[in-house]
Amino acid sequence: MSIWEYANPVKFIATSDRVLPWITALAAVALCGGLIWGFFFTPDDYRQGSTVKIFYLHVPAAMMAINAWAMMLVASLVWIVRRHHVSALAAKAAAPVGVTFTLIALVTGAIWGQPMWGTWWEWDPRLTSFLILFLFYLGYMALWAAIEDPDTAADLTSVLCLVGSVFAILSRYAVNFWNQGLHQGASLSMDAEENVADVFWYPALVTIAGFVLLFVALVLVRTQTEIRKRRLHAIEMRERMGR
Amino acid sequence: MIPELGKHAGTVLSAYAISLILLAGIIVLSLVQAKRAKRRLAAAEARRTHG
Repeated sequence: MSIWEYANPVKFIATSDRVLPWITALAAVALCGGLIWGFFFTPDDYRQGSTVKIFYLHVPAAMMAINAWAMMLVASLVWIVRRHHVSALAAKAAAPVGVTFTLIALVTGAIWGQPMWGTWWEWDPRLTSFLILFLFYLGYMALWAAIEDPDTAADLTSVLCLVGSVFAILSRYAVNFWNQGLHQGASLSMDAEENVADVFWYPALVTIAGFVLLFVALVLVRTQTEIRKRRLHAIEMRERMGR
Repeated sequence: MIPELGKHAGTVLSAYAISLILLAGIIVLSLVQAKRAKRRLAAAEARRTHG
């Protein structure tokens, strides 16, 4: 069996219908469990006090903001190379979810920054590249909405996605590239020495799993919706031509 | 029930409130759009079959 079978819209909807209840249930358990654990059952940080609880929203949202764009990039490349409509529609479906995560990361970052850095916003490399990524998300969605022909829209948005990937990468590695600004480096690492303490690390891992699963569930639902809207558009066009 | 958040209570609670509202918003929007698309496609296919 090949992965390209799922490029068939009927097969995609049938398969995603089967897995969606499981992914949704797991997402709900992980997200609620991780946030409740982090909010109610973790201690305050000795420097940041109770604001450390924002970590459980800010870090997973920021990670998924970048990963959502990476997923859109892969789907866009599949569209450019293989012309599978489902991949273009999956990229389109992921954008509103990605922009929501980006907005959560920006807002929680500003709220967290105020008491810790004494400012809501600073034009430092990571914050600025993240804001540009947010604007790329908005531009990407606006471009889809502005072009009537779906194949042309998929072509142009795929190119925009390739360009925006530069800022997704910058958002992730800005601190390493420039080594300046207010924002710290990665909070989570595979290296135990560099990582946050276990008491914060475990609930964060559960919350990250929740964000990933929520993203997958939402993208599956939204891709199904886009497939149905495309089919509906085709039927309505045929009806109009038949009159 | 709510843990002792000290002087940063407003900061932490507002971050959680805004994030949960945004998450709920994208979930509800996705479900409403999914339901509407399903209903409209079913109606169009029924028209095509019977009309």
